[in-house]
Amino acid sequence: MSDISKKTLTEIVRLIKKKEIKSEEVTQSFIKNINNDKKLNTFITNCSEEALNKAKSFDKNPKLNLLLPGVPIAVKDLFCTQGVKTTAGSKMLGNFVPDYESTVTNNLWNEGAFLLGKLNCDEFAMGSSNETSYFGSVMNPIAENTVPGGSSGGSASALAADLTPTTIGTDTGGSIRQPASFTGTVGLKPTYGLCSRWGIVAFASSLDQAGPMTKTVDDCALMLEAMASFDKKDSTSINKKKENYSQKLTDNIKGLKIGIPKEYRVDDMPKEIDKLWENGKKLLIDSGAEIFDISLPNTKYALPAYYIVAPAEASSNLARYDGVKYGFRSVIGKNLIEMYENTRSEAFGDEVKRRILIGTYVLSSGYYDAYYLKAQKVRNLIKNDFDQAFKKVDAILTPSTPNSAFKIGEKKNDPISMYLNDIFTVPVNLAGIPAVSIPAGTDNKNYPLGLQLIGRPLDEQILLNTAYALEKKINFKQSLNRWWEK
Amino acid sequence: MSIDKDKIKHVSKLARISVNEKKIDDLTKDLSSIFKFIEQLNELNTDKVEPLSSILNEPLRLRKDEINEGKIREKILKNSPQSNDEFFVVPKVIE
Repeated sequence: MSDISKKTLTEIVRLIKKKEIKSEEVTQSFIKNINNDKKLNTFITNCSEEALNKAKSFDKNPKLNLLLPGVPIAVKDLFCTQGVKTTAGSKMLGNFVPDYESTVTNNLWNEGAFLLGKLNCDEFAMGSSNETSYFGSVMNPIAENTVPGGSSGGSASALAADLTPTTIGTDTGGSIRQPASFTGTVGLKPTYGLCSRWGIVAFASSLDQAGPMTKTVDDCALMLEAMASFDKKDSTSINKKKENYSQKLTDNIKGLKIGIPKEYRVDDMPKEIDKLWENGKKLLIDSGAEIFDISLPNTKYALPAYYIVAPAEASSNLARYDGVKYGFRSVIGKNLIEMYENTRSEAFGDEVKRRILIGTYVLSSGYYDAYYLKAQKVRNLIKNDFDQAFKKVDAILTPSTPNSAFKIGEKKNDPISMYLNDIFTVPVNLAGIPAVSIPAGTDNKNYPLGLQLIGRPLDEQILLNTAYALEKKINFKQSLNRWWEK
Repeated sequence: MSIDKDKIKHVSKLARISVNEKKIDDLTKDLSSIFKFIEQLNELNTDKVEPLSSILNEPLRLRKDEINEGKIREKILKNSPQSNDEFFVVPKVIE
């Protein structure tokens, strides 16, 4: 059998179901790669041993009628896993061992998968380069000293480097789609409320959404099917029946209307991105889709609105880290207040502090109307732009990011230039709608670049079908020289 | 809105994060540029726009306030930095 770790999830599932390979062989092939990943720094917690035991017991009594039978999966370390350390990439939760399992990971385990490890991410999912993690920067397997994007950077790198057959991330402003674009992989942010937020370390609750990160679009459909569920423990979970995305997946998109928003053509965007976008349009026409020019006039206000809403909600959510109930506690401080202040000062990193302070400021007495209320109004304008567009078109095609992967340290000291990475991904979170990034080609450095498809709320099937058709035409192949193993 | 050192000190007090003088300078610089960026929103007239309150177009579900998983005190205290058998322990509050 050729190297199992290079196969797609769909192929692995097929081979396990046909009893051509054992879960143990699959697991071993990924463990072998994980043991060589030190330079990438993708794993915070390695669960190889437990995974191998789970694989062996699966092989003794295989349940083959599940979606993910005997599949080992490493997940972003933002998902609480029962009895396994969950850090959110922060010193604050460096020793936190949840006694419960997040709904999304639980759904995966109920479909026959098991945990391979916990993957590095930006601290509390705040970052676009995976440089804010307390556990160190992650490197992109495409080239040494290059960032994988963020915040689900460990997930994206581990997937691209064949350390896990699939993974899951969370996306608050682009944290699945931007790293997918930077690593040549597929990443989907579902409709807000499709996947339960229960048991995921909270960042900005009205924006956070978990989603699959995979090598191919059919893997993505399969994973979304396994992850999504109505959950009464999440008050914003959507009550709808489960969809069979993978069974219904088709590349027949004849007559589908695709919009091209002019506002996504930004100044000093590399020429290659424009070329790939044009090529995407052409390939969709070849597949029988119709292309329409559309306008989303308030696009430029999405990022400023996001940098009010997300920090405001983060400052409320992260108020819980007080050194009392769980997590880190400073030993310095004469009284309770000093203990709080020192705990939070010592255990939060710079980016997290920055965002908590922005959030605290915009919510502080006298400023609420000028900032938070204003941003929520702008958010409505952005949502309305999409509502209007979806009266004319079924999906929207844009670039995923305004640039390819950059060097570690290149943007670290300039928050605004870092934030601009999410310029094409943030509007979707503000509107709560689904979007997927697929690899579209490479730039002049041979670094991957993604195209993003945006869909109507709960229209993930159309989105996946369109991505599937586009993926077949693009036929992107990534070859890595595996420099990190040398 | 300009951000100065006093504002940073005030907000860090509210956020219960102690910051030293050196950090205050960095934060003043960073937050000033971030707020300049954010304040692009002032170009937009939103007087007649409703704020977005829910993206689902349906009210949040309420649940009954009832105990479903009781007797988990031990489990909860296990992750506490300091506790005795029944309580979280914090530095002395009342002199």
